Amino acid sequence: MAIAAQAQSIEEQRKWEGSLDELRGLVSERAMTGETMLLNMGPHHPSTHGVLRLLLELDGEEIVTCLPDIGFLHTGIEKSLEDKSYEKALPLTDRMDYLSPMSNNMAYSCAVEKLLDLDVPERGQIIRVICLELARCASHLVWLGTHAIDMGAMSVLLYAFRERERVLGMFEMLSGQRMMSSYIRPGGVWRDVPAEFLPTIKQFLNDFPAKVDDYEALLTQNPIWKDRAQGVGVVEPDVALAHGMTGPALRGSGVNWDLRKAQPYSGYETYDFNVPLGEHGDVYDRYLIRIQEFRESMKILNQAVARLETVQGPYRSENRKYVPPLRSELGQSMEAVIHHFKLWTYGYDAPDDEIYSAIESPRGEIGCYLHGTGANKPRRVHFKTPSFIHISALPVMSSGYLLADMVAIIGSVDIVLGDCDR
Amino acid sequence: MEIPAARDPVSAARDAFGDAVLHVKQFRGETTLVVEPARLPEVLDFLRVSSGLVYNMLSDVSAVDYYPDDYGDEFDGDESDYRPGRFAVSYHILSMLYNRRLRVKVFAAEEDPRLPTATVVWPAANWLEREIADMMGITFDGHPDQRRLLMPEDWHGHPHRRDYPLGKETVAFSFNEAEIRKHKPFAQN
Repeated sequence: MAIAAQAQSIEEQRKWEGSLDELRGLVSERAMTGETMLLNMGPHHPSTHGVLRLLLELDGEEIVTCLPDIGFLHTGIEKSLEDKSYEKALPLTDRMDYLSPMSNNMAYSCAVEKLLDLDVPERGQIIRVICLELARCASHLVWLGTHAIDMGAMSVLLYAFRERERVLGMFEMLSGQRMMSSYIRPGGVWRDVPAEFLPTIKQFLNDFPAKVDDYEALLTQNPIWKDRAQGVGVVEPDVALAHGMTGPALRGSGVNWDLRKAQPYSGYETYDFNVPLGEHGDVYDRYLIRIQEFRESMKILNQAVARLETVQGPYRSENRKYVPPLRSELGQSMEAVIHHFKLWTYGYDAPDDEIYSAIESPRGEIGCYLHGTGANKPRRVHFKTPSFIHISALPVMSSGYLLADMVAIIGSVDIVLGDCDR
Repeated sequence: MEIPAARDPVSAARDAFGDAVLHVKQFRGETTLVVEPARLPEVLDFLRVSSGLVYNMLSDVSAVDYYPDDYGDEFDGDESDYRPGRFAVSYHILSMLYNRRLRVKVFAAEEDPRLPTATVVWPAANWLEREIADMMGITFDGHPDQRRLLMPEDWHGHPHRRDYPLGKETVAFSFNEAEIRKHKPFAQN
């Protein structure tokens, strides 16, 4: 009796699930007849790095195609931004790519500065570069640990998170927050670096290169790692370009494109660093590139820290029509009080026009399309995020490989679902 | 290999398409090319393959809703005010060879907004256009996958429209559950 009732309910459930017709044209015709199997991976699969559901079409163990299903982490950030003044909208951008909030702050701040035509003083630019490169290290460390654990190398995660903790400690020193820092703001950064920051970062820069060597000792020549990574998830350069891939995923295919070099922002053109490139476009090359990027980030950080010691001056624009005055000025200047009140209640007007500005985040190009209204709130803010683009390219990256390779491929493009769904 | 000299995208597009280029705007060093919606895939493909232009990458597709401000009226000469329709979709394309960006913009009408898809030119447009179809309610004719992308499939309305309230979904309690369920025909059981 109980079994019959259960059978009926499954029957009903099937009816509710709908037919395969919805997927006609998206999966191959063989799936319609049941020759190939449709299998759900996620949204609670640990290696999908968040809540990503993949509908896989499998021929035996080989992936025919996959249909990524996103939106589980959609938080309506772009819609919420339309109801906030430009300055107050900033903390929301932290929550998109939660592994490198500084990059999001930077993408948004650059867009606002471009719309307002606002300049950033030199010291502010140097502090920004330091933050961005530290964020790149922190983000790549999470990628390294989780990518390795996905492929069965358990211990790398512990070492990677040990170093990441030091970077987050420095972010806390700067902004009071480990992760959601909201430190980079339109016009510069929130405040100057505290006195204890310089010795801390110098100690970190001294220790970190040896740690990167340790990670490499664990993985780079490891035969199991090479077996899992080499020749897997190969993307040809033209395919990568057609699908709009950016960042290490594009450079892994050998395309020399880094916005820090090509369209420099925040003074990146004055730093000496290289852009590592891959040859084969496979998982292994994307791994090597990110490892090299640790070292290149170290180079940039060393130069930036040296400059920070010599370059003094304001760390944030002093254009009081857009940037709130210092707290210390409030007791002495009536004008400062007026600006403070105006900027923290109403905000400022931005032109009724549109701009697009992009920066190189650890994952690729974060673009911000900003359309003002002529008043204090934007008409539309749209973030072009690298994870979104890379997840949409997963089908071409994975078809023809084995189910177990899917995990390696997802790990190698370094997706963050908060970044994807926004 | 000799790299052909860069050409001005505006004059190149005007030469090739004539009246299909409706308007050109410069703002903060960015060029915007407003084109006729029906010719959009052609224009994008021309910009992608022509020598001296080679906009080989689609960076972003984003939509904007001009509600409730003025749109659809006569163009009065104000550069930023060229708005023949309620919705606009911007294709941000990038030429790696010449290291420059260009925005190609099309407008769509308020009633039943429809545009041709750019998926035939760039596979990257697939999801970016799906997102706009989902959030802004613009139909892309010929798009290979017309399902919703971010919102649940039983969702009503298009959240990024400016007349869509910035509110919250009503929490279902026992007293109002039936009323809420009534509006969600696909979320039963």
